Amino acid sequence: MADTHSEHVQTKYAGLAHQFEDLAQQHDADTLGIWLFLVTEIMFFGGVFAAYAIFRWFYFAAFAGGSRLLDIRLGAINTVVLLGSSLTMALSVRSAQVGNRRALVLFLVLTMILGGAFLGVKAYEYHQKFVEHIVPSLDWAPEGEVLARLAPGGLDHAQLYFFFYFAMTGLHALHMIIGMGLLLWLVLRARKGSFTPDYFAPVEVVGLYWHFVDIVWIFLFPLLYLIGGRY
Amino acid sequence: MSTATLEPRVQAPRNYLNAEYGWKSWLFTLDHKRIALLYMISITFFFMIGGFFAVLMRIHLIEPQGALVQPETYNKLFTLHGVIMIFFFLVPSIPTVLGNFLIPLMIGARDLAFPKLNLLSWYIYIVGGLFTLYSAIAGGVDTGWTFYTPYSSTYSNTQVTAVVVGVFINGFSSILTGLNFIVTIHKMRAPGLTWFRMPLFLWSIYATSIIMILGTPVLAISLFLLALEHLFHVGIFSPALGGDPLLFQHLFWFYSHPTVYIMILPAMGVVSEIIACFARKRIFGYKIVGFSSVAIAVLGFLVWGHHMFVTGQSVYAGLIFSFLSFLVAIPSAIKVFNWTSTLYKGSISYEAPMLYALGFIGLFTMGGLTGMFLASLATDVHLNGTYFIVAHFHYIMVGGAVMGYLGGIHFWWPKISGRKYPQGWAALAAAIIFIGFNLTFFPQFILGYLGMPRRYAFYPAEFQVLNVMSSAGASILGVGYLIPLIYFIWSMRYGPVAGANPWGAKGLEWQTSSPPPPENFTQIPVVTEEAYAYAAEEKTSRG
Amino acid sequence: MQGIPFQPEQASSIARSVDHLYFFITAVTLFFTIVIFSTIFYFMLKYRRRSPDERPKAIEGSLPLEVLWTAIPTLIVAAIFVWGSSLYFQNSEPPPGAMEIFVTGKQFMWKAEHPEGQREINELHVPLGRPVKLTMTSEDVIHDFFVPAFRVKKDVLPGRYTSMWFAPTKLGTFHLFCAQYCGAFHAGMIGSVIVVEPDEYERWLMGGVQGESMEAAGERLFRENGCITCHLSDGTGPAPSLLGLYGNTVHLTNGQTLIADDAYIRESILSPAAKVVNGYKPVMPAFQGQLSEEQILNLVAYIRSLGHPLDNAKGKQQEEGKK
Repeated sequence: MADTHSEHVQTKYAGLAHQFEDLAQQHDADTLGIWLFLVTEIMFFGGVFAAYAIFRWFYFAAFAGGSRLLDIRLGAINTVVLLGSSLTMALSVRSAQVGNRRALVLFLVLTMILGGAFLGVKAYEYHQKFVEHIVPSLDWAPEGEVLARLAPGGLDHAQLYFFFYFAMTGLHALHMIIGMGLLLWLVLRARKGSFTPDYFAPVEVVGLYWHFVDIVWIFLFPLLYLIGGRY
Repeated sequence: MSTATLEPRVQAPRNYLNAEYGWKSWLFTLDHKRIALLYMISITFFFMIGGFFAVLMRIHLIEPQGALVQPETYNKLFTLHGVIMIFFFLVPSIPTVLGNFLIPLMIGARDLAFPKLNLLSWYIYIVGGLFTLYSAIAGGVDTGWTFYTPYSSTYSNTQVTAVVVGVFINGFSSILTGLNFIVTIHKMRAPGLTWFRMPLFLWSIYATSIIMILGTPVLAISLFLLALEHLFHVGIFSPALGGDPLLFQHLFWFYSHPTVYIMILPAMGVVSEIIACFARKRIFGYKIVGFSSVAIAVLGFLVWGHHMFVTGQSVYAGLIFSFLSFLVAIPSAIKVFNWTSTLYKGSISYEAPMLYALGFIGLFTMGGLTGMFLASLATDVHLNGTYFIVAHFHYIMVGGAVMGYLGGIHFWWPKISGRKYPQGWAALAAAIIFIGFNLTFFPQFILGYLGMPRRYAFYPAEFQVLNVMSSAGASILGVGYLIPLIYFIWSMRYGPVAGANPWGAKGLEWQTSSPPPPENFTQIPVVTEEAYAYAAEEKTSRG
Repeated sequence: MQGIPFQPEQASSIARSVDHLYFFITAVTLFFTIVIFSTIFYFMLKYRRRSPDERPKAIEGSLPLEVLWTAIPTLIVAAIFVWGSSLYFQNSEPPPGAMEIFVTGKQFMWKAEHPEGQREINELHVPLGRPVKLTMTSEDVIHDFFVPAFRVKKDVLPGRYTSMWFAPTKLGTFHLFCAQYCGAFHAGMIGSVIVVEPDEYERWLMGGVQGESMEAAGERLFRENGCITCHLSDGTGPAPSLLGLYGNTVHLTNGQTLIADDAYIRESILSPAAKVVNGYKPVMPAFQGQLSEEQILNLVAYIRSLGHPLDNAKGKQQEEGKK
């Protein structure tokens, strides 16, 4: 069957890009694309998780000591917040699927609020590290109770632990910030009515990204916060 | 062709080159064919810079004491030569130029799956390149392209951060390109084009793209951690601060070994296309060749430790990596035998593309076989860190990948530009390149076994004769590379106009005009024949 | 112009066998290169296009051929793998009775210390015919100790020990190269391995400035740095006795066990909190940054002597009254 020139096709299906035959093909391609991208993210985070695992194996005492200095309550709150935001994200995809524009916008905004809450807690935690002077290289001068907790495991290796803490949660936070930007873009497009039950791939794609960032946190939380055992 | 009589100025039919004019139509294009040309120009630019550094190095090494520059400068030259050639020439070359141009044409699509991502990939490449050029201009980098710690993280006071940022950014270009290609090949093939009817070039690109998306992120995180350590002196790779320098090597080589397959697989795909066309026969063992590409990609991820046999790692680790390194050679050997068998009872002609393809087979075979010396533990202990390694990888990268790239450009040039180039000059250039290449790099095998280490800015006098031979070869090789640059540019204006299919080749890209229209095909083709349907009994109505 | 040599001198016990393997692989390489090149040339001539409309018959492939040219290369590489691995295995551990020399690499020089205390820079004197084990570390970046004539090299890493061995079979002076890029004067980090007759080696050891032996230096450092205060030899102090430690099993507080080797001793000096012996508290101060690599090597030599006296050219060296 001959294909007619793509402009023709585009006016029939709003949102169809010229290189695709139909929306189904476009949707398939978009979905495969985001899954492939998430695979690359797994490889990226995988590298730093592997490095973390190796050093934790060598210097467990230092890592456990460092871990005990993190605030488990704040970490747990953040975990719940992020899981909640994944719920609202999934609900927003569902809303797009059934064409409910108001619900879509609402759930996207809720996701952003929860994401913002996560980042706020994170910022507070980072600030606390500066207060306690346990920021590697930039402000590393543990004293008093903090020093007493870290010294037995070796201060150098404790600094290594906090390097991983900042590097891993920092990368994660960076991905969250990018996610917030994507959510904002979706909110703006959703309000204009760009999404229909036939065309909502961008919502799904951002949803998958957001869920992935959530899953990374699910790994980060126990590995960073919970390896010290009972206080 | 004299300039006194030009081809009569006929209004050329509408094609992707003349459909729009102006710099905006190029810099904001979404047409995969124009993006391919943007890449072609940029990688040629980087090739010339990397090549210039190589010329300086070879001139310097004519004298045992060093003829040209201070040792610190020499160290910067070989570092940037490596970084630029690998990340800004070899890795992108065939995928971004020939892949971008041909994939939609070969599968009968109007563009790649994500044209905007494609343009973004080019801009990311340029930004990465600018950071790298900045690092070169602002004092250079002297760590070697391998950035081993703790030298790069703690001791070097050169532009490590800048170049690492440049390579990091460039990695995203690779990742997004690979992603684009995989989705395109999966989802956008024309009706009737099953996986096993695809040209082998697409199989190679597909395998390459898998490596790109799985491997490059690991390089990204390695460089990210390296940059953090260089800037903040936290000891992840530095023993003085509690870290482990070998961790960097594992992370680095986990990507950088598969990357050599990123560099060679597309060239193998090009060779398949050329041999089939110029022998007028289907590639012998089509399915096996296709699967071999995938096998190379998979096995390529399992052998990185062979770069670390002398680091003091356990002998058992060495055994495993050695064994797997031998295994990964087998699919490549299978391909060489299949290509050779394709020539059997073929109808062979010797235009420039074929000369490059045959040169590839010869030089890649030699380079690949010398890998056996390095996969074998006992000999690698002696050869690691010497010129033998340098010779080995240049045989594959230059004798293999660059020849494959040039062969591909010569093969598809009429399709890309609508023009033919002078055969005589092309054949002459191919011969000069072949001779210059061997003279440059064969002596280096001998230098390596004799014990001359690599990355030496000066050396004991007993190694001089072989070094002079190598430098002489390099000057010939340089001349050989300049010749195509001249006649390709010349051909764009003065070359004879090429028809849709000047080589009589099979493949959907030859079914459309040269150059193709912006939308690639007036009608999306329907595929009814197998790949490389050259034989007489396979002539179908769509020819 | 003299003939270009294709290999360095064979000056060690393994050089000849490495060269044999090398020649075998060269022969395989040459064989397949010739086979491929000549087959291609032959086909190129025999099947050159004779008329523009030639349409050769399609040949899909041949499973028997594929199996054949998969199996044969596999067998050949398997043979090379087995040969290379067994040679490597044989060469991985020094034969018993190897004498030990300690090497430190730093930008851009090599320092060697013989157990008797003799020190050298960029030179290494060794006796003919005796296996020599080098225990090496770096003071800064990664280097590599490479002697082409011996067909042997090993990376030299900061923060840990690597070792290699060789048995010289020829008298003479041989190139020593650094083979891992280490900075500006990597090319200048070269020296010589000087192989002399055993009695000349003894004379060389005796001559020159008579310094402390490594064990004596280590014992002095053990006192000067206060180690002796806690590591009482009868085990009644807050730290374990080091008598008989070297080469024996150690049980740690985290349940792991290990064999006390050079690396363990070094780590315990620099970062004692990483591995604490079961039954003891982590109270040992860390000496990171306070001792040079050479001093650590001397301490290691001393602690070894408390367990297993070092074997060297002069035979066992017993410290008076210290054992």
